[in-house]
Amino acid sequence: MSPDNKSTFTLDGKTVSYTEGQTIIQAAMAAGEYIPHLCFNPEFKPHGSCKLCTVKANGRQTASCTQQPQPGMVVESDTKELNDERRALLQMLFVEGNHFCPSCEKSGNCQLQATAYQLNMMSPHFDQFFPDRPVDASHSEYLLDFNRCILCSLCVRASRDVDGKNVFALSGRGIKSHLIVNAKSGNLADTDFTGEDKAAHVCPVGVILKKRVGFVIPIGKRTFDEHPIGATPHPTVKGA
Amino acid sequence: MTTPIKPKLKVATTSLAGCFGCHMSFLDIDERLLELLKLVEFDRSPLTDIKHCGPCDIGIIEGGLCNAENVHVLREFRANCKILIALGACAINGGLPAQRNHLSLPLILEEVYHAQHGLVDGFIPNDPELPLPLDKVHPIHEVVKVDYFIPGCPPSGDAIWKVLTDLLAGKEPELGHGLIHYD
Repeated sequence: MSPDNKSTFTLDGKTVSYTEGQTIIQAAMAAGEYIPHLCFNPEFKPHGSCKLCTVKANGRQTASCTQQPQPGMVVESDTKELNDERRALLQMLFVEGNHFCPSCEKSGNCQLQATAYQLNMMSPHFDQFFPDRPVDASHSEYLLDFNRCILCSLCVRASRDVDGKNVFALSGRGIKSHLIVNAKSGNLADTDFTGEDKAAHVCPVGVILKKRVGFVIPIGKRTFDEHPIGATPHPTVKGA
Repeated sequence: MTTPIKPKLKVATTSLAGCFGCHMSFLDIDERLLELLKLVEFDRSPLTDIKHCGPCDIGIIEGGLCNAENVHVLREFRANCKILIALGACAINGGLPAQRNHLSLPLILEEVYHAQHGLVDGFIPNDPELPLPLDKVHPIHEVVKVDYFIPGCPPSGDAIWKVLTDLLAGKEPELGHGLIHYD
């Protein structure tokens, strides 16, 4: 190994430097490079579950949010093969839930939708599951619409690691995995969740919604109406 | 010697379980319709009132499948059209009509025609001419092969124009940022 390539790797042919302990996606973001992702948020410990950030590192597929780079590593991300697989992952996420964008307050500010635009997802391809997932409107300030949950666990991590409240959890296994609220009744109103919580502001899709502000920014003028999600390494969503 | 006249492409359109919003959006291509009419002629379509689809180059389907007639019409289009396009959210993922899918059909019919307050002697219509509703609303690609999709509720006139002009130019249609929308 030559000393030149110490602490650098290549991402789609571009040289990216990294510091000890950084993952591939963290180093890429610091260098201003976008790798598609949903469950990763730079403020939180990686979860490695959505697999959208999968890259090829030295020819092997790995989640770039959990994989640390090696000196001289050759990382491929924006390739037809990987983008085709990412699109298939998105299509599976879309058919597993009920993602009816025209009625969703998060439309235009939704990372799932914007990533699907970015990757040219023109149809869900698979058969729709049309699952039955009732909403939780019990809380006076916030609404939970589980129809849109993609199990990224960001609210779970935020509530546990930042708010110290453990309001949310993922329950069940495999296709039965679902988001639950940690209260005997299962209702958000029966927890100490508030709008000041970090967990109230991390949902990349339209599950955790503040009531009565849904259309303050009209559709067509929202974050990803103006710029595609890949324009920045990690999106800052309007009104978040 | 006269130059041979290039035959016009035949286009058919229909609205299944949709609201005709996508057709309205199609009309939003405005004066470009005149340009389009130099290149295509319409077969079955709400614009012509032709009732059955003959052999066509392009079929455009708005709306999903909520009853048996929708399925028959869709199959007629697939059998006759070289290229089939799903136009709008309902054709692509069921859209608004599919919001009934988490309720049972008997419950909905009972609620709408019988049990609701103010319906005196209400009964569920059973005229044999009425197409039977499907248990669930389905997007069209779950029943036939669909070649191209134009998402949106509705897709903008510009998005429809882009796909049609790409196809007429013999190119793979592509919607970039700003034209691809699910809302």
